[in-house]
Amino acid sequence: MIRMLGVSKRYSNGMLAVSDINLHVKKGDFIFLVGPSGAGKSTMIKMLLKEENCTKGRLFVDDTEVSHLHRRLVPFLRRKMGVVFQDYRLLQNKTVFENVAFAMEITGASPREIRKNVPMILSVVGLADKQKCYPNQLSGGEQQRVSIARAMINNPPILIADEPTGNLDPETSWEIMKILKQINRRGTTILMATHDKEIVDIMQQRVVALESGRIVRDELGGQYGYED
Amino acid sequence: MKISQFSYTIRESLKNLWRNRLMSFASMTSVAATLLILGIIFVLIINISSLAQGAKDQFDTVQVYLVDDLDGSQVDALGERLYGLEGVKEIYFETKNEALSKMKLEWEGNGFLLEGLEENPLPNSYIVSLYDIGYAEYVVEEINQLPGVEEVKFYQDVVVKIIEVTNYIKNIGMVIIFILVAISTFIIHNTVKLAVNARRREIGIMKYVGATSWFVRWPFLLEGTLLGLFGAIIAIGILYAGYAYTYTLFTSKFYVLIAAYLVSTQTIVSDLLVIFIVIGAGIGALGSLLSMRKYLHV
Repeated sequence: MIRMLGVSKRYSNGMLAVSDINLHVKKGDFIFLVGPSGAGKSTMIKMLLKEENCTKGRLFVDDTEVSHLHRRLVPFLRRKMGVVFQDYRLLQNKTVFENVAFAMEITGASPREIRKNVPMILSVVGLADKQKCYPNQLSGGEQQRVSIARAMINNPPILIADEPTGNLDPETSWEIMKILKQINRRGTTILMATHDKEIVDIMQQRVVALESGRIVRDELGGQYGYED
Repeated sequence: MKISQFSYTIRESLKNLWRNRLMSFASMTSVAATLLILGIIFVLIINISSLAQGAKDQFDTVQVYLVDDLDGSQVDALGERLYGLEGVKEIYFETKNEALSKMKLEWEGNGFLLEGLEENPLPNSYIVSLYDIGYAEYVVEEINQLPGVEEVKFYQDVVVKIIEVTNYIKNIGMVIIFILVAISTFIIHNTVKLAVNARRREIGIMKYVGATSWFVRWPFLLEGTLLGLFGAIIAIGILYAGYAYTYTLFTSKFYVLIAAYLVSTQTIVSDLLVIFIVIGAGIGALGSLLSMRKYLHV
């Protein structure tokens, strides 16, 4: 699903954010990306989304070579990946329904499909009764669930989550993790960057640890392994 | 563009216009103000040009009286030199006899008074037509230096005044237009930039979800264009009312002489309508495209 072959990224200020990363992610994997701040987790996610270009190596997402993708094709790459951020990134002037519907509208879906699919996915994340609310009327956990619904509405093969529980209390975090696990069980590959030791230790999934831009550990059923 | 995207674009831009109505109003007003001032100056220049044109048609000939004792070849030579001057359209040689009979005609019933003349006192002359009244001063100066010329007659005062006033107003108009366009462009650019800046986050999110640049751009573009159009319509409305009022005032009450040269309300408005719609929509579209450019590359 995701293949990184000797990928490096040097920012224009000379900083080497990640260096010589080799990573294979199979379909249906659930991967935790851990490591201290500045280890290169965000850079890896940004390269997957083609927000940043890698400066060396090759990077594939679902057989598309991201490292040499034309700018115009980037939107279509991003539709293969649902993305969930720590700060939710919802459109504040749109309702819950509209936020999720937007992700369908950009693909040219018909209003009929939208009216059918959006309530369905909202009930999956448990927000069936909040469709008409605006993001600022929701709790953090609820907003994150909207963003998961938005990420999953087009059924992408990959879900990328950048510290999805970073702003949430432990209890709410577990609700989010339950939803993610459920999505993973249906076959979606999940790549999640996190600082949450408890979640990583309990979930027992594949853990990829980064330190100063290099992979230092890649084990199944791994532990968080840092004290912070 | 797919139909679903088309309807999305329209829906989205109208919604945004309404949700950001304060900003929409500000942009619209600045477009309208710009165009209004542009329009006023345009109206002034058009009318002054029309006035000046009317005046020129009446005053664009110069009459050159010749010394009496020139022989045929000297007259021809002079004619050739006159024709060679820059700005001269055509020349016509009027003999003293022609001049006399013309005078008799002009005097009408009193023409008989001229019968008693033993000798024709009128001189031969060349009537010189000019391409443009602007050449008058130069041509007259040149003619005065030619041999065999007794006197040059043209409506110097009128001509010079007309040229002076027209140029003066045109120049001032251009300067004012330039300054105002610069100021208004700045204002509009800033208004749109503010509007887009407020939605920078929104644009970023749309791009993250996988929207193409044009998908994001269309609603903004339509929004800007609509704002420009609304502004143009407001400006044209105000100008129409104002000009119609002034025109009636001039034609009915006073300055009938000037009013004859005023361009009609219909002509002005139909001219301005096209110009305003193009400029208004153009400013709006360009403004939104320019202000968006920075945020689309996410």
